[in-house]
Amino acid sequence: MADINAYEGPAEAGFGDYVALLKPRVMSLVVFTAFVGLWIAPQPVNPFVAFCAVLFIALGGGASGALNMWYDADIDAVMKRTAGRPVPAGRVTSDEALALGIALSGLSVMMLGLAANWFAAGFLAFTIFFYAVVYTIWLKRSTPQNIVIGGAAGAFPPMIGWACATGGIGIESLLMFALIFFWTPPHFWALALFMKDDYSKAGVPMLTVTHGRRVTRRHIFAYTLVLAPFAIWLGFTSVGGPLYLAVSAVLNLMFIAGGWQILRRSEDQAQADGYKVEKRYFRLSLYYTFLHFLALLVQHWVGGW
Amino acid sequence: MLPPVEHELHKRRRSRNIGLLVVLLAFVVLVFGLSVVKITQGDMMQGYDHRPRASMLPKDPSPSAPNDAPVAAPGTPAAEQGAAQEGSQ
Repeated sequence: MADINAYEGPAEAGFGDYVALLKPRVMSLVVFTAFVGLWIAPQPVNPFVAFCAVLFIALGGGASGALNMWYDADIDAVMKRTAGRPVPAGRVTSDEALALGIALSGLSVMMLGLAANWFAAGFLAFTIFFYAVVYTIWLKRSTPQNIVIGGAAGAFPPMIGWACATGGIGIESLLMFALIFFWTPPHFWALALFMKDDYSKAGVPMLTVTHGRRVTRRHIFAYTLVLAPFAIWLGFTSVGGPLYLAVSAVLNLMFIAGGWQILRRSEDQAQADGYKVEKRYFRLSLYYTFLHFLALLVQHWVGGW
Repeated sequence: MLPPVEHELHKRRRSRNIGLLVVLLAFVVLVFGLSVVKITQGDMMQGYDHRPRASMLPKDPSPSAPNDAPVAAPGTPAAEQGAAQEGSQ
């Protein structure tokens, strides 16, 4: 049966398509970590100002997501997981994604400067630049360490939140950065092990493709080991406390044990049980950051050291 | 006149328009709320405007007590007497 459509041409975008450009799921992590960074900082912030600051940080994160979708439309169209995004699906033109990304970047930085302070605003501008230019345009297609560097962009939000309250950087905010920075690679590599995305077809060098799955498993375990001391160290700073330390110790032991299991498995074993261990490790990694930051929040509430 | 035809395209366009309306209204509320908070907190509302203003000076920690002594009108003998006293000091 032939489909006759009088409205042939670019499809009209709905409001939801523009929201999808901002990567709302990534935004939720940004909102949570930025809020924790802001709230546990030693200087109290007016609740409404805190709400606005977190909102503008999230908006900046969304803007960098739109810039990412503008530049990566060719890759996204090739991979099954991302082919339904608004730009490759043809609902939004890439020019519109670029315009939205730039406009929201400017707006979010200006508004964060007015709501909180200009140090935090500059930090947000740097983060958008880092994700959109350094990661997306420059490194994503050229090095298998792209995940590691991209992780830095995701690790900045708690530091920006901290900067909103204090106007600067502290050891606590640096350690929160380290917590997300070293967590990101094992999180994504575990996903890459069982998702078997068509990265090679899209020309994105993923560690699983360039160096093989054996090396990826070793990398996952190594990063898990590097991550643990930073997570524990955070417990001995002014934002830490016995509750955080207990939560962190349990989570890190579980994370290291999971990494060890992944390291010990061969690809045949993994395929035989449908990547059960890798999937469990990936789920654990989601709880890992969430519970660490939740523990920081509760620790702040009950009082630290 | 042709009867209005509701196409799926119109529905999407409406969703976009209503969405933008909500976003703009929310932005207005946000900026207003921020202004209220900043003003009630007593934050500095103006930056440096290339012209010194008294409101930009740091607050004097020990303001001098106002002088309650009567001041003589200029040109009267009392004023000349006061000027002579100040000059001799």
